[in-house]
Amino acid sequence: MLLLAGSVPVEKLPLLIGPIEVTANGIKIDGHELPMNRGNEAMMTAACLICQEYGIDAPVGMVAGDIGKREGSIAIYKHLAEHLPEMDVEVMTLHYVMPDLKLNKKILETVDTMENKPIMIADAGSMYVAKAGGDSHYYTVFTPDLGETAFLADEKADHPSFTRGFIFNMEEDVPELIRRAYAGNNAAPTMFVKGKIDYICQDGEIVDTIDSPLVATMEPIGGTGDLITGMISGLIYAGLSPLQACRIAGRVNRVAGELAQPTPATQIDKILHFLPQALNKVQKQLG
Amino acid sequence: MGFLNKLGFAKKDEDKKESVTRGLLVFAHPTTVISVEEILRDEGYTIRVVSPPPAYRTGCDLSVEFPLEAEAAITELLNSVGMAPLDVVPITSKGMEPLQFVRTTVYDDRYVMIRAANMKMTVDKETKTIVNISGGGCPDVPFLATAMLGKTLSDAPDPGEVGFSLCAYSLNTSREELIRILGA
Repeated sequence: MLLLAGSVPVEKLPLLIGPIEVTANGIKIDGHELPMNRGNEAMMTAACLICQEYGIDAPVGMVAGDIGKREGSIAIYKHLAEHLPEMDVEVMTLHYVMPDLKLNKKILETVDTMENKPIMIADAGSMYVAKAGGDSHYYTVFTPDLGETAFLADEKADHPSFTRGFIFNMEEDVPELIRRAYAGNNAAPTMFVKGKIDYICQDGEIVDTIDSPLVATMEPIGGTGDLITGMISGLIYAGLSPLQACRIAGRVNRVAGELAQPTPATQIDKILHFLPQALNKVQKQLG
Repeated sequence: MGFLNKLGFAKKDEDKKESVTRGLLVFAHPTTVISVEEILRDEGYTIRVVSPPPAYRTGCDLSVEFPLEAEAAITELLNSVGMAPLDVVPITSKGMEPLQFVRTTVYDDRYVMIRAANMKMTVDKETKTIVNISGGGCPDVPFLATAMLGKTLSDAPDPGEVGFSLCAYSLNTSREELIRILGA
């Protein structure tokens, strides 16, 4: 099973678990329609499209409503800590949740008890809490953007908002930020660093970069990074290595952006629309 | 005393004396701290917004460092405005301050994007309408995006008031910078 877990911005929405269905306006889980938005909905849709293209089972979504008051995030943490071993999860992506160091460690304690541990991917709040807890080594892939890479590079910061100024100002030197993140044991073995140039890293080394097509207007669009995380999740579940998954997802995201011809006011659903076409194009390019 | 100074004991004593002069106000949500910060600065208190000590950290929190001698007056003031802290603790080390640097990108001389830490807000210069919000990882980011997109800087809800997380705090920093350069 590919499990995608995270909160959605619907207050008091209870914990929902079920196969994710892509609808005209968003996604549906356990009979509940969730309109398209940046964050988990975008990430889940991208993963669904990949699974569909590769002819594999649709991912299972685990969502709960949370507008920042923590209830939904707590429900997700607790359910995973209590039930993960019986869920038969092969790949698990954890995304938008309120960082909670203690509850995340409960999940990791549960993972420790599992004979067949899932491949774990983290982005957004789940990546923040993994790093802040000193637990990056549990995860296979992190997908930070530039600001988040600076956070991973700062061994003292608990959250990107606490990144120290001198590290924030090192962003022109992304390889140095990556080096610092690995040196501090705050990176996952595979990292996809999203930016003007995407850096794909393995065990501390930059093994690939992607810089074209360059669509500068993608950066302001909320959700483009979520698409990359979702695609990487789907591709790994389809049997690709984390590195291969990163190489394809990064290129597909850029090609989808190029096809969409976005302005800074474009919303994520427009980029998503071009994802299958972009995947097809990239697969042909990569043979 | 000179001998003690050489051994560093006198210095340690001085540090110790200094360290117990500050306290920390702990709150449930980082964005409550934005309001508290404003109230206390308006009252003339010398405060700092900082990360709480490890025992109080959840991974997304912010607190207010204040002069301990003002504890009674400050807690009374905050109680009177319904913003009582969860806890008040003396502190012995300095917490980290949230990042205040921002980066500005202009697209086609029409859209301005401000990034503060991991949060980006983009506004149409002419209409001052918020056209995109990206970055972040806390659950209130998609909620704030839904609430703010398509609204002008002056009409959109203040992330410091309706958000709860450090991402909301950084988004507010982006918004304040946009208001500073474009006007509300």
